[in-house]
Amino acid sequence: MGFTRFVEIGRVAYVAFGPDEGKLVAIVDIIDQSRVLADGPCSGVARKAINLKQLHLTKFTIQIAPSSRSGAVRKAWEKAEVSKKWEETTWAKKLEARKKRTQLNDFDRFKLMKAKQARNRLITIQAGKLRKQLKAN
Amino acid sequence: MRFKCAELKEYQIVGKPLSKTNEKTPIYKMRIFAPDEIVAKSRFWYFLRQLKKVRKVNGEILRMTLVSNSSPTKIKNFGIWVRYDSRSGSHNMYREYRDVSTTGAVTQCYRDMAARHRARAHSIQIMKVEEVKAGDCKRPIIKQMHNSTLKFPLPHRILKYNKKSIFVAERPSTMQ
Repeated sequence: MGFTRFVEIGRVAYVAFGPDEGKLVAIVDIIDQSRVLADGPCSGVARKAINLKQLHLTKFTIQIAPSSRSGAVRKAWEKAEVSKKWEETTWAKKLEARKKRTQLNDFDRFKLMKAKQARNRLITIQAGKLRKQLKAN
Repeated sequence: MRFKCAELKEYQIVGKPLSKTNEKTPIYKMRIFAPDEIVAKSRFWYFLRQLKKVRKVNGEILRMTLVSNSSPTKIKNFGIWVRYDSRSGSHNMYREYRDVSTTGAVTQCYRDMAARHRARAHSIQIMKVEEVKAGDCKRPIIKQMHNSTLKFPLPHRILKYNKKSIFVAERPSTMQ
């Protein structure tokens, strides 16, 4: 059980905070122990030096040569279908859900409350049935 | 706005001593790393005074240009020759830094000198900054990065910015 996600050329990373927060980048080259040269041609991030503290490594990698140009990175990214695969991950879905939650309007919150209520009522009914079973035994 | 913690800027300053008679005086050009124009001019006169018999009173700055970064997306190795005053004397040093820009490397140098030698900016003189080819680098900490298949994990990751969970029931995982 060792490390599976490495800072390496071609590693796809999620920018956790800073001006490009929420976007995916590919590590194109490593500057030193704390910074990398990252490029996100398919996510609108200009090629720049980013501190590793801002990056969260994903499980995806793309096949690029060290210091490849943005065009080559884009090709490799599209070939590996990174954007599509990212959208399908639980991580991306959770981020999307979090974002949706902050963008709810009052009516949406009302609908959410009603949906939660309905769900919880079903759970309570089932729990009651189980409780009755226990009492009977 | 000038911030001490921001990256330095590179200025090319050209100046010359004023002549009392109408004879031609030599013109001097310097490469100054400073946070803003005012400090740049000041440092220019500081160095020129040390190197040549010119003072700000007897001289003029002909041109000052901000040198912009030639390739901000290319990683380079920089060799920086420094002269600094320690508590008990003056020393020369050769230091290497890996960065994307000259100004970034020089800024790193100042921070590094402060950290490792407690040298303040006023006692540091940057003598020369040169881009060094990977094969000519001397410092192992720079040479270890010269590996096209370099990879390393981020072990024991402590995420300091995580404001959403300050108080948690269980110890957070630092794995990956």
